[in-house]
Amino acid sequence: MNNLKNFTKGFIKENPVFILLLGMCPTLGVTSSAINGLGMGLATTFVLTMSNLVVSLVKSKIPDKVRIPAFIVIIATFVTIVQLVMQAYVPALYKSLGLFIPLIVVNCIVLGRAEAFASKNTVFSSMIDGLGMGLGFSFALTLLGSIREILGSGKIFDIPIYSEDYVTLLFVLPPGAFIVLGYLISVIKKINKA
Amino acid sequence: MAKLESTFKNMVVVLFLVTLIAGGSLGYVNDLTKDAIEAAKLEAKMKAIKKVLPEYDEIKGEFKVATTPGDDSLEFYPAYKNGNLVGMAIKTYTKKGFSGYISVMAGIDAEGNFSGYEVLEHAETPGLGSKMGIWFNNQEKPKQCVIGKNPGNTKFQVSKDGGEIDAITASTISSRAFLDAMVRAYEGYKENKIEPATAQVN
Repeated sequence: MNNLKNFTKGFIKENPVFILLLGMCPTLGVTSSAINGLGMGLATTFVLTMSNLVVSLVKSKIPDKVRIPAFIVIIATFVTIVQLVMQAYVPALYKSLGLFIPLIVVNCIVLGRAEAFASKNTVFSSMIDGLGMGLGFSFALTLLGSIREILGSGKIFDIPIYSEDYVTLLFVLPPGAFIVLGYLISVIKKINKA
Repeated sequence: MAKLESTFKNMVVVLFLVTLIAGGSLGYVNDLTKDAIEAAKLEAKMKAIKKVLPEYDEIKGEFKVATTPGDDSLEFYPAYKNGNLVGMAIKTYTKKGFSGYISVMAGIDAEGNFSGYEVLEHAETPGLGSKMGIWFNNQEKPKQCVIGKNPGNTKFQVSKDGGEIDAITASTISSRAFLDAMVRAYEGYKENKIEPATAQVN
């Protein structure tokens, strides 16, 4: 029951984007289309799950004073692995996410979960926590990306919905990210209150 | 299990081990993916060349020419059909984009006109400058199209600057940058032209 809670809390109750407001840089930066949001979310999910796993495995072996550098090296290793694999097998997605992939290293969700959860909990629940948080992040990014893509380019996952002549360009530009995020946060707040 | 004490020796040993394992595993993954990354890059390049040139059977004798020292170089890919030079794909670039660097694969046919182009890398504003991938390719609107023209017979500047190419609506800077890259490709092409006669001997 506890593990299930650890897993589901990432979606609505403790959603990293809508509630914790962590990782705003990739959230606002890459969500100009749904596929970018999903790709970024899944890449982060992988890193989050693996780094949570490793951090909780080695937590007792790491002296307190050097835990942050040790965690960062672990996280950076997984990010580089993701980067190499994406470059090799999904070059198109790699090209559109580009700069934001290496930036997963400094995404505060990843270090935040390593520090706040994985370094204090068992291996299994840390993995579950990483997976749940990662999927919650993916969900938030995909939702944000879909709304921006529909309003801003008249498409969803690159499938045209209506004519490009009627789109509101603003939504694929940076201000659109803030506007959509703001509305989404208020909707999620409402749901959580109910 | 008790936590390791934060003594100097423990810290050094732990950090060393962590970085050692991290370095080792990255080396391993790099080895695994190296070939696939090369292949993916090559495939993307060949796809772009195929798109910008008229029909050809093979690309051979590609070469690089440095423009100004310390700057990027132009890459040339001569294309042959039945041993005859039918065109040349040129990987060109500009640094004048609205968000800096743009690289373009430009195709020039045997008559010296642009036969096509493909934007390889850019960071222009989505929905505005990013339209350059289709805007200058639109054969239905001859005033904005660059296909079949060259800077020798057409003034490759946006109409606002007195040129003969219409800029993308609301993206004059990106348009200027794009034309800059195309002109660079054409100048490189003129300077490094392969004479059809010598090309056949090779």
